[in-house]
Amino acid sequence: MGAIKADPSSKAPISSSPYSFFPFLKALRLKTKQQELLLRASALCLIYVLAFAIRLFSVLRYESMIHEFDPYFNYRTTLFLTRNGALEFWNWFDSESWYPLGRIIGGTLFPGLMVTAAAIYKTLHFLRFAVHIREVCVLTAPFFASNTAIVAYFFGKEVWDSGAGLVAAALIAVCPGYISRSVAGSYDNEGVAIFALLLTFYLFVKAVNTGSLAWALASAFGYFYMVSAWGGYVFIINLLPLYALVLLVTGRYSMRLYVAYNCMYVIGMLLAMQIRFVGFQHVQSGEHMAAMGVFFLMQVFYFLDWVKYLLNDPKQFHAFLRITLTCAISVGALALGVGTASGYISPWTGRFYSLLDPTYAKDHIPIIASVSEHQPTAWSSFMFDFHILLFLFPAGLYFCFKRLSDATIFLVMYGLTSMYFAGVMVRLILVATPAVCLISAIAISATIKNLTSLVRTKSKALQSSVSKGAASLKASAKASFDQALPFQKNGAIALLFGAFYLLSRYAIHCTWVTSEAYSSPSIVLAARGAHGGRVIFDDYREAYFWLRQNTPQDAKIMSWWDYGYQITAMGNRTVIVDNNTWNNTHIATVGRAMSSYEDEAYEIMQSLDVDYVLVVFGGVTGYSSDDINKFLWMVRIGGGVFPVIKEPDYLVNGEYRVDKGAAPKMLNCLMYKLSYHRFGELTTEYGKPPGYDRARGVEIGNKDVKLEYLEEAFTTSNWIVRIYKVKPPKNRW
Amino acid sequence: MEGIPPRRALILVLVLVVSSLFSVLASSSSSSPSQDVRILSVERRIDLTSFIVRAFLAFKVENTGASDVSEILIAFSPNEAQHLAIVKASTTAGKRKKKAYLPLDVNPIESPKGPNGAQLFSIALPTPLKSGDTAALEVLYVLTHSQEPFPAEISQSESQYVYYRDSALLLSPYHIKEQRTFIKTPSSKVESYTNVSPNNRVGTELRYGPYHDRSPYSHSPILVHFENNNPFAVVEELTREVEISHWGNVQITEHYKLSHAGAHHKGVFSRVEYQARPSISGVSSFKSLLARLPPRVHSVYYRDEIGNISSSRLRSDSLKSELEIEPRYPLFGGWKTTFVIGYGLPLQDFLFESSDGQHYLNFTFGCPLLETVVDRLTIKVSTLQF
Repeated sequence: MGAIKADPSSKAPISSSPYSFFPFLKALRLKTKQQELLLRASALCLIYVLAFAIRLFSVLRYESMIHEFDPYFNYRTTLFLTRNGALEFWNWFDSESWYPLGRIIGGTLFPGLMVTAAAIYKTLHFLRFAVHIREVCVLTAPFFASNTAIVAYFFGKEVWDSGAGLVAAALIAVCPGYISRSVAGSYDNEGVAIFALLLTFYLFVKAVNTGSLAWALASAFGYFYMVSAWGGYVFIINLLPLYALVLLVTGRYSMRLYVAYNCMYVIGMLLAMQIRFVGFQHVQSGEHMAAMGVFFLMQVFYFLDWVKYLLNDPKQFHAFLRITLTCAISVGALALGVGTASGYISPWTGRFYSLLDPTYAKDHIPIIASVSEHQPTAWSSFMFDFHILLFLFPAGLYFCFKRLSDATIFLVMYGLTSMYFAGVMVRLILVATPAVCLISAIAISATIKNLTSLVRTKSKALQSSVSKGAASLKASAKASFDQALPFQKNGAIALLFGAFYLLSRYAIHCTWVTSEAYSSPSIVLAARGAHGGRVIFDDYREAYFWLRQNTPQDAKIMSWWDYGYQITAMGNRTVIVDNNTWNNTHIATVGRAMSSYEDEAYEIMQSLDVDYVLVVFGGVTGYSSDDINKFLWMVRIGGGVFPVIKEPDYLVNGEYRVDKGAAPKMLNCLMYKLSYHRFGELTTEYGKPPGYDRARGVEIGNKDVKLEYLEEAFTTSNWIVRIYKVKPPKNRW
Repeated sequence: MEGIPPRRALILVLVLVVSSLFSVLASSSSSSPSQDVRILSVERRIDLTSFIVRAFLAFKVENTGASDVSEILIAFSPNEAQHLAIVKASTTAGKRKKKAYLPLDVNPIESPKGPNGAQLFSIALPTPLKSGDTAALEVLYVLTHSQEPFPAEISQSESQYVYYRDSALLLSPYHIKEQRTFIKTPSSKVESYTNVSPNNRVGTELRYGPYHDRSPYSHSPILVHFENNNPFAVVEELTREVEISHWGNVQITEHYKLSHAGAHHKGVFSRVEYQARPSISGVSSFKSLLARLPPRVHSVYYRDEIGNISSSRLRSDSLKSELEIEPRYPLFGGWKTTFVIGYGLPLQDFLFESSDGQHYLNFTFGCPLLETVVDRLTIKVSTLQF
């Protein structure tokens, strides 16, 4: 391409000779615009492939498998959907979880992900690709990540220009904040939801920019998809009214906004009601009231506009305005008050509260606070997930403010609110990632554009008036060049190199993070052996498969709720509690059983028909996220419902320990006994006494654990999972 | 699929290498046991060192009648007949250095049955036995599920003991002049055995006989109670799928349902015991199995419903491939597991074209796992429509 813009004197012979020999080449010769389009399309294609490929580390390192906890539930439901059809799925009552309560799965899940995977599966089978549903599930998230990158391109193009869009697509394709939730195998709602979220936002911005009903309708459908996929749709339904309100307040109200917002809200709401799990929440739940309020406010605004036009008299209009506003606000407040008081409008949920007030969950809902991904975000994880974007984000905001438009205002609001939420909860970094990528992309694109125009105007000035077109841009660049500082070109080149260096560091960092940190399935653990070889700990599946094969079909397994989904999906056995955590009391009962003495726990287990108890124990391998380390949360959650369980009983001077100095209740509670049963006989590390717990680095306090009501049924080869059988009651005589 | 024009219909004739278990199903013409034959001497060696019972009979028959005899009968008790997996017979031809074994046809006789429901098999002789002549025959038969664990439930620290029931005298429709039986046990730990004088025990071998001049269908039940800690690996169900691809590949997928058919595990499974004292803890359990696959095997996988099982090793050379697989957990008595083994093979090793343009697939029928018993086997062969 550079050659075409070469010296004009040599241009003619070069261009004429090959075409005379190969006339078909003439057809291939592209105009600058076409060239640009070709470049852009091929760059997008590469980004599409890259976004998919970088997420395959987990498949290459391990295998094509479902990761972590929640994805196992999603996988199980998808399997059910493809095998039994939509109607059965809709009416599915699952008796394998939450024994003895059961769970109405069809009505208590977001079906978007499962339906998407099932649709892909059906399509592939229709095209005669006999893939297993597991492969589809494993690759759903990477596939949608690629799509997200494309949406990011269009979004960036809509907000700024196509260059920014291209940069945004490239950034989001490899951004670790997004990859953490969308590697192959991470078959979770977020995988498709981020795509849906960004799509909805893009379509809405497009609708606001064009005032077109069609785009607003499209964004309503995007919203519907988002609602069907993830509970995070609440973010959309609160951000959009906030955005509309800001536009109203800043005097940017327009007919375009009116059309976009109302169409999107009304149709989106009606569509969202079709999702059984969401139901009438859009009109009944406190979290959705802001959107409704803004909707009515907008009607009032429009009405006032109309009256203003009719009256054509400022004085009268002001009086009318005062009356209408007072009436509208008081009617709205009254309706809200009555609705809340009568219980028609449900109050905000705990999760929502904990977003607005990060300390709320810690004090009130230990079950939310106990989840590691609900913790406030540390600076290091921001750095880890965003890398240079963290610094580019404010720069991008600066550029957005410099060229303020409806679209950039939206982007700024999306960025700022999601950044706040990302600070509150680790997992919401995910929601902030697209905004951060887009805003950073604007910074990068704008900076590089400025720098390259500096570099290029100089060369063009030397050649003087060769190229045609872009006259105004050239003129302004020329103007800036005329009053430029010395060494400006060299400075610009240096800065360009700096930018490329930073971007390549970003790419390296992303690849490294993906390969090292985010590609572990967490079902299979890998460690470096003594000789540098890779050691695989496949204990989870060993235990689950043992349960599946060697326990009665109707056995009930009690474990902490973290493992519930995995036990039902891989072990195919009934569990008492699982990761759905909808019933706090039930979980507290299990927490109470785990933190009681064995005889008390036995009574609880008898009342719950428990046949087997499963605990996760890392003392042999040094695996730190085991049940002993989670135990204080069991105590807290159990104690939150049953006051007989008191946290201080398990602590010594506020310190949690398992060695000789541990609290007596700690040393004799069920969890301790099950974890350390016969562990005192085992030497785990050379030069350490037997019973040395490698996860906590201490010698355990109670080496002589005797079980009366339970017996060891199975322990995996590295002791990570231990299963105990609850003995039948003793014969009475 | 519809787009491909039907070229020439290729008939794939499947020549399955059928083990004798299945060949015995073909019935033969019945004949009544002739009393003109008597057995001069018989030596029976029963090998109990695995949980599959292998018995080896070597006997010499004599035609005492006037007419020629073209077939010799052997008998099995109904219980044995039920668990009989393989019967093979051979005779020796030539002398000394040029001695060669000549396999003989063995066919069951549906009716008449012998007394008390004894199942008769006829061995067709290559040349009819003339009056007064003798012939030496050798018979190998294999019994499955013939060792009964007793006690039926053992704990982790106990050894597995089994009962083996047989007769000290060979069941035969003929008069037997002299007979001996040797029973080999896996270890010298024999709890008890029935005495049928003359008999004695030397190390791991029980000797019965010689007994002289026993009439047809003589029976003298014996019971041996001995230690057998060999893996009682039983494939309850095996489905083999053979897919032939015209890209030059044979893809085999085998679905196994494996169980430990020995004495059931009772009570606690203690990992600490199992790890620390492998010689006395869980001795009857087994951890791994060996599968012998054809050479040039490729893309081998070993997985189950919940994913890949990482504990397997493949060793290949030009003659065979050995796949050592470890189930996810050691199998104790009564424990079960399921898994799938899949592998690809080059098609040219198994597909042959005859002169008339027909194709023959010569592929093994049975299970590649060594020292296992398959209770139910389904084999599906999918050929392609060309």
